Amino acid sequence: MDINILEHIVIPIIKVLFIAHLLVIGVMVMIWSERRVSGWIQDRLGPNRVGPQGLLQPIADGIKFLFKEDLIPNHVDKPLYVLAPAMLLIPAMLTIAVVPFGGTITIEGLENPISLQIADINIGILYILAITSLGVYGVVIGAWASNNKYSLLGGLRSSAQMISYELTLGLAIIGVLMLSESLSLKNIAAQEGSEWNFLIHFPAFLAFTTAMFAETNRLPFDLAEAEQELVAGYHTEYSSMKFAIFFMAEYMNMIVGSAVVVTLFLGGWHFFGLENIGGEGSVTAGLISFAIFFIKTGVFLFVFIWVRWTLPRFRYDQLMNFGWKFLLPVALTSIVVTGTLYIATDGNLLWIGIGNTVAAFIVVSIVAGILALDNNSKAAAQDTSAAPLRQETLTIEAIE
Amino acid sequence: MNPELIVFIIFGTVSIIGAIAVISFRHPIYSALSLIVTFFSQAGLFVLLGAHFVAAVQVIVYAGAIMVLFLFVIMLLNLGTLSAKGALTGKLKGVAVILGILLAVEGVYIAVRALKNDTAVASDVAKESAAALANKTIETYDIGRLLFSDYLLPFEVTSLILLAALIGVIVLVKRDKQTEN
Repeated sequence: MDINILEHIVIPIIKVLFIAHLLVIGVMVMIWSERRVSGWIQDRLGPNRVGPQGLLQPIADGIKFLFKEDLIPNHVDKPLYVLAPAMLLIPAMLTIAVVPFGGTITIEGLENPISLQIADINIGILYILAITSLGVYGVVIGAWASNNKYSLLGGLRSSAQMISYELTLGLAIIGVLMLSESLSLKNIAAQEGSEWNFLIHFPAFLAFTTAMFAETNRLPFDLAEAEQELVAGYHTEYSSMKFAIFFMAEYMNMIVGSAVVVTLFLGGWHFFGLENIGGEGSVTAGLISFAIFFIKTGVFLFVFIWVRWTLPRFRYDQLMNFGWKFLLPVALTSIVVTGTLYIATDGNLLWIGIGNTVAAFIVVSIVAGILALDNNSKAAAQDTSAAPLRQETLTIEAIE
Repeated sequence: MNPELIVFIIFGTVSIIGAIAVISFRHPIYSALSLIVTFFSQAGLFVLLGAHFVAAVQVIVYAGAIMVLFLFVIMLLNLGTLSAKGALTGKLKGVAVILGILLAVEGVYIAVRALKNDTAVASDVAKESAAALANKTIETYDIGRLLFSDYLLPFEVTSLILLAALIGVIVLVKRDKQTEN
């Protein structure tokens, strides 16, 4: 009985506390590294005064946010205005529950080996899609409750963007699921030993990653908070800790997103057999596998920052075109090609990998060709028609 | 009291409160949010039944995608508070009353049937199958297998209907553009 309490209550609670705190600390480290890396990319210093290398800057910022006046403007819808930050933060924290952050550890005296994962549910990946799809409400409700035109426009943009890119997000993983024959993230990662999924599903990996950027509202997809057009977008009316919670949720979404990409496509906790040092299931191996997962996620988070400070923001119609006309066909192709080649070549991963890449290349070329033709004919029509400019602006307004 | 019952009572109450809130709130945004709460607690009930896949799909499709569209439209049209009297007038009121009575009768019928089944001897088989289902987690694998074998025809027909709806939307939008020109 004692041992059962230990296994079913104490260990899960330790895991939950550990991961939740890691997530919050991760957010602070991310905020620091975002500012330092952006400084490095732009050839300036970034914050380096508070603590060694400016490492304590996020804590100083946090204290500042906490002690600021908690202002609620008079014109807002109060209950929803207060609720919105929480509605964004909670889904961001919930998704990490099904991500496996290491192998299993066997400790003598315990009945079952400890799995380095909070909850291994058999629909893991669907759970992640479900919970992330709830995250958009925080943005939309916050935008609406602010009773501010800029906020509302930000919320509208965000919801339309989320709906569009969620499709790609869901479709891009189906190829992976077909080959791993499981929806559980643990099983998917466990099968990735030597063949990391991004080699086999390269186009799907790119599509998934891009859609992930859009889902987390990061540049080049941060139309919901485009400073030049919308002041600060959906959180214009938020200040002090409420703004900080929005901010934290964005970084948490990034961390969880990276962890999911690492699990699905980049081999999870595997690194060329390094995760088995000290024997499979030993404590050393468990710790090493956790370290591998941690480093991989960190590297991917660096890519997030790198992209943000490298690429300019999309225009809104470009964003929609890109999502619907390029990413979605690529994701659909990966399903068809993976399925067909799996049957045709009897599950030869090399052929599936080559087929996927070639097919995606062909599809993208076809779409690009059609769009180019379309643009040419439009340009030709504009040369002859009387009021072409007005028509263009009207369509853009209609999209917005 | 076993834990499953407690969880059932929590999710059941929340979903009923949410459903009542949908029709009680004056403001469409609040109604839509209450509907999300209802959908979400229904997903909880599905999990309780061991239908994890259905629960996830319920959240992804209804609470996630469809309700975002609802909110999007409400915000886009900037719908204000509905007045208490304006919403239901004339013929609509009659239809609402008839549909309401119909729904109430159905509800009572189902409740009575369920109570009878609980006590009647004839429904032992039904009880057994229900008990067997209750202890089994319905795997995604089972659903896929059923969809592509026993229910292949309905499945394909559904996909055709969806395709028709999709094409219909495109045709309607295109026609608007042609008349504009």
